[in-house]
Amino acid sequence: MWKRYAAVLPANPWNWVAVWRRNYMAWKKAAIASILGNLAEPMTSLFGLGFGLGAMVGGVDGIPYVAFLAAGMVATSAMISATFETIHATFARMHAKRTWESALCTQLTLGDIILGELAWAASKALLAGTAMMLVAATIGYASWPSVLFALPVIALTGFAFASLAMIVTALAPSYDYFIFYQTLFLTPMLFLSGAVFPVTQLPDIFQQLSHLLPLAHSIELIRPAMLDRPGGSVGLHISALCIYAVVPFFLSVELLRRRLMC
Amino acid sequence: MQLLTRANVSSSPSRRPESNPFKQECHGHNNADNSLFRSKSDVAIELTNVSKSYGDKVVVDQLSFTIASGECFGLLGPNGAGKSTVSRLVLGMAPPDEGTITVLGEPVPARARLARSRIGVVPQFDTLDREFTARENLLVFGRYFGLRTRELEAAIPSLLEFARLESKADVPVAELSGGMKRRLTLACALINDPQLLILDEPTTGLDPHARHLIWERLRSLLARGKTILLTTHFMEEADRLCDRLCVIEHGRKIVEGRPHALIDEQIGCDVIEIYGGNPRELISVVGPYAQRVEVSGETLFCYASDPEQVRVQLRGQTGLRLLQRPPNLEDVFLRLTGREMKD
Repeated sequence: MWKRYAAVLPANPWNWVAVWRRNYMAWKKAAIASILGNLAEPMTSLFGLGFGLGAMVGGVDGIPYVAFLAAGMVATSAMISATFETIHATFARMHAKRTWESALCTQLTLGDIILGELAWAASKALLAGTAMMLVAATIGYASWPSVLFALPVIALTGFAFASLAMIVTALAPSYDYFIFYQTLFLTPMLFLSGAVFPVTQLPDIFQQLSHLLPLAHSIELIRPAMLDRPGGSVGLHISALCIYAVVPFFLSVELLRRRLMC
Repeated sequence: MQLLTRANVSSSPSRRPESNPFKQECHGHNNADNSLFRSKSDVAIELTNVSKSYGDKVVVDQLSFTIASGECFGLLGPNGAGKSTVSRLVLGMAPPDEGTITVLGEPVPARARLARSRIGVVPQFDTLDREFTARENLLVFGRYFGLRTRELEAAIPSLLEFARLESKADVPVAELSGGMKRRLTLACALINDPQLLILDEPTTGLDPHARHLIWERLRSLLARGKTILLTTHFMEEADRLCDRLCVIEHGRKIVEGRPHALIDEQIGCDVIEIYGGNPRELISVVGPYAQRVEVSGETLFCYASDPEQVRVQLRGQTGLRLLQRPPNLEDVFLRLTGREMKD
């Protein structure tokens, strides 16, 4: 059992790059549409929610609502982008397109392929989060240069959510099951993590719950960086995100081994 | 009575005309079975008492065989016999429940990755990347083997030439014909210059022209010393390419040997196919003069060491069509897996 698991783990620290490059090559063919999509989404959410709602709300924690919302949206867009890449595009490559099947005939292991897919999903999350941040910066809600600290956090957030979504991908019999993950996990997380309103608005029990949510930790890191404020418990938040990135990855390798290699 | 004598009727069954002289030239070292395995490094694949079940269904049952380096070994069997599962086991894509597998000296599945780095695979179903052109597919696949872009760009033109796809290098895969896709898959399988090729029904679904082109390409690979494990249910394909073959059914080995030896052993005489009459009635007429008769659909297969005797019995019967021919692998296959095996 352990031996079988060991045989499918990543073979070395660089094998995954070939999988990432395959996805990058495919993405390049439609890069312009992808980038435009990544820019259009933050504009709707920031301008729509930010200014519409912001006019009613006024300020939050002593800053304009749009500034508060921007950091939440950066983390959220990384979450959504990494999740959708994994449950839709990766699932297709594993299932209908047989991309993994051909890769499994080479010297790559299943772990190499999964790691490459996660790194790719994290890259797309970085792109989406950065696009959101650029829009926020353009309208003056991102401080330079502290905002640069947010970039690795966006990538880590993407990796963590891709890793979580990989478990869903490993277990889902078809596309129809992904809706449960979205409605029962992602949507509640958006409201429990302080993305659109402060966590302090929540009943105490939900405030406690938010400490467990990866999106909350991501926002706790990104918001201070974007607003150039001192952040607290940086080590704790980074560690939490790392756990969400690493543990589901190793679990998904085993789940996918059982699914694909039996 | 109309007499059709298509093949070389005068040749005795034990000296069946060699259909593939090329193979003999290239594989002179395979003259006797016991000289196949001179040392450990001459063994490409070894399966020992391998079993695999899915739920209650036994897919591979105590299967053992050994493939020597440089030979083409055919794995034959009807649909669902377990052929594709054997390919998966050999590649380490599924662990066996019992038994041991060694491929290119590596224990599988524990060190399957190292074996796979020296294997090329043509899977049963097309796994080419439809988002890419022919050239891009080779590039992506080569990178999976850890090869550098520069090395690949140098190797790709000759692989495209080998696959006769020089003019299709920048055509998206979606626009290639079935035969072209199969040849591109073969080119992909060669990107890592493998010692061993695992071909799972490489010509299924191709037209005869495309099939012959693949066969010709595979023979040139054998001439270069590659080892091939060929899974097929085309008897002609097995006959043309394989040095040795193994017929499996329900995951069990039924018979193993050289194609011509198997034909001699299992059939050993000419075959007369009789059609146009009622085969059940004809059995009583020709039965006593044949070693064996079998009915398949509306055709009576008559295995006779003295075919003249059979023909004499049928003289005067109208509307019959006779085809006398030397026995072939299909006769062996049908005998082993066909009517007589059904319970």
